Amino acid sequence: MADHDHATDHGSELSETQLRVRALETILTEKGYVDPAALDAIVETYETKIGPRNGAIVVATAWTDPAFKQALLADATKAVAQLGHISRVGDHLVAVENTPQRHNMIVCTLCSCYPWEVLGLPPVWYKSAPYRSRAVKDPRGVLADFNVQLPKETEIRVWDSTAETRFLVLPMRPAGTEGWSKERLADLVTRDSMIGTGLPRKPGEIAQ
Amino acid sequence: MNGIHDMGGMDGFGKVEAELNEPPFHESWEGRVLAMQRAMGYAGAWQIDHGRFAQEALPPQVYLASSYYRRWLLGMESNLLERGYVAPDEMAAGHALRPAKPLNRKLTTEVVQKGMARSSFYRQQQGPARFKPGDRVRTKNFHPQTHTRLPRYARGKPGMIELIHGCHAYPDSVAVGQGDNPQWLYTVVFDGRDIWGPDADRTLKISIDAFEPYLEPA
Repeated sequence: MADHDHATDHGSELSETQLRVRALETILTEKGYVDPAALDAIVETYETKIGPRNGAIVVATAWTDPAFKQALLADATKAVAQLGHISRVGDHLVAVENTPQRHNMIVCTLCSCYPWEVLGLPPVWYKSAPYRSRAVKDPRGVLADFNVQLPKETEIRVWDSTAETRFLVLPMRPAGTEGWSKERLADLVTRDSMIGTGLPRKPGEIAQ
Repeated sequence: MNGIHDMGGMDGFGKVEAELNEPPFHESWEGRVLAMQRAMGYAGAWQIDHGRFAQEALPPQVYLASSYYRRWLLGMESNLLERGYVAPDEMAAGHALRPAKPLNRKLTTEVVQKGMARSSFYRQQQGPARFKPGDRVRTKNFHPQTHTRLPRYARGKPGMIELIHGCHAYPDSVAVGQGDNPQWLYTVVFDGRDIWGPDADRTLKISIDAFEPYLEPA
């Protein structure tokens, strides 16, 4: 499966692709459909501004502010918009809460739907055939690939993103973080913990 | 369509392998492809489900052998050709050879931040919702040759309505040029054993987001 592993791609595919993309940009620019400077700005935004830190702040806020948590679970789009410091999210964000009884995991079996505004661009594994095929059938096996083991009685809820709704997992707040600031808590919130293939870091796992 | 993209439940693809400190793009062309796709979408050249359908229509061996953004590129090229924004001789020449087909708007640097915001898929409802949370439903068993968002593994299965997400543009119509045809959208939850049989993990629940035409009362 050469979904992401360029080392296994043919060298000719890479250079052929590069040439093809360059030619396409030339055509679209000459036609007046695209503005290369705007393309630069889009790339730069995804490289530097939109990433999982946005989601981590949402989660840390929910951990420290019960009213916000309630609002987030009721209408994530509205709640996140009210935080202000995150660029406008689409209309269709839903936050799902992990509890001792239930663990949530997000997938898009049909393509690669993912909450870009709060998590950035999806990692290659999220878009790959192994994840898309197995998440719905063998989620505990997938969790084992991420070195996550859950109690055998915990309900595993897999959300397949088959429409324009986007899902964000609200993981459980780690023990031993009483009195922590929102910023410090956000350092515990990993991208994978908001997809449901990981758990937040424990207090001992980050630099003090 | 019953394409290779519809992967839920397939076996044999192996372990999920995460990359440590993965960059947003592995090659600079990937960012250009993503940005061109966003710009053409903003311009109204096609809609998201046209983009998906074009990738689903790739031959399975091409789909599997192509990297993620390579698939985006191939899908974008077919949409450009099919909709007459670029002609085959222009694609071959690598240059525009004739004037552009007009588009509604253009993503310029002035509007780029606003233009990157995700558009809303809410549409005016055409009638009351047929189902409410808690209702038992069964997904339909159908196999259209065109674009649908009902995965194969979830067809003909009993489930329960859990959430109502309002009325949305209907991908199955949009992708074949039949307009938004707005439909109610629901989260439908299934027991793992109803999908994968009696040996499935008894703690597993799976949900999909299903448009009303995918569902019948059970």
